[in-house]
Amino acid sequence: MDNLKEFVADQIKTDLPAFNPGDHIRVHVRVIEGDKERIQPFEGDVISIRGGGLSKTFTVRKISSGVGVERIFPMNSPKIAKIEILKQGDVRRAKLFYLRSLSGKAARIKNKTPNK
Amino acid sequence: MPGLIGKKLGMSNVFNNDGQLIPVTIIQAGPCQILNIRTQEKNGYNSLQIGFGPQKEQRINKPDLGFFKKNGFTPVSHIKEFRNYEVGNYKVGEEIKVDIFNEGDTVKVTGKTKGKGFQGVMRRHGFGGVGGTTHGQSDRLRAPGSIGASSYPSRVFKGQRMAGRTGFEQVTVANLKVIKILPEKNIIMLKGSVPGPINSIVEINK
Repeated sequence: MDNLKEFVADQIKTDLPAFNPGDHIRVHVRVIEGDKERIQPFEGDVISIRGGGLSKTFTVRKISSGVGVERIFPMNSPKIAKIEILKQGDVRRAKLFYLRSLSGKAARIKNKTPNK
Repeated sequence: MPGLIGKKLGMSNVFNNDGQLIPVTIIQAGPCQILNIRTQEKNGYNSLQIGFGPQKEQRINKPDLGFFKKNGFTPVSHIKEFRNYEVGNYKVGEEIKVDIFNEGDTVKVTGKTKGKGFQGVMRRHGFGGVGGTTHGQSDRLRAPGSIGASSYPSRVFKGQRMAGRTGFEQVTVANLKVIKILPEKNIIMLKGSVPGPINSIVEINK
């Protein structure tokens, strides 16, 4: 499969910041309405990063008016204009699906303390 | 309405303008050298014989090698005939490249499917198996059932579908959309899957 990578390499983004599960990020999504394009932010915690290469995706979870909303983004999608990392979280696992069964104060993620 | 010989390299994805991830098969198509041109006057029909894939001389039989040497061609492993070319526009010895296709075209791809070995009737012909697991029945779940009547005709009809070698048959898939072409690398990307294992030889027809 490695020999196929060169044919799709031009589609893999290199300008995205590196983030990890547990981070609080804001994804700027391009939305096309009629013939106009605008940017819609989606802000939440990264609870999963999976896959590799062109088909790598990440899941962002937020609580919107009391309802949990998750959105899965392809990492290299041309629809993603920008990603901002707002907070880095301190978590012990790679997939934070346990957050789905928690709410309120229990669903908070600890901030990462910077390395000394 | 031309065609090419190619080698299936595998599958990957491509993003389209709407941000959707499209599954594509990556095929190395051509370059194919024109080895012979058959014409209406001489042969009764029009076609191009084209070759693909360089081959060591020792792997080619003597009559073929003589043909390649006489005409000054590099020996090739695969030769196919395409009837759908406008033969007047081509000369023997020219190379046909992947640029005969355009992005957005629909093409047909012919290949040999993966061999599955000796398979039962459920996998080979889609039979349903026999009945359930209760009422004393055992060991018949994947069986074919009856293969015919009794004293008349006292034989099994020809063509009765039974277990046997499955796969490795020629299959043509139509209406595959050309998603992307990389002319400098001789690569064509088609939406969806194509018959055969990786590294198998396929025929692409417009």
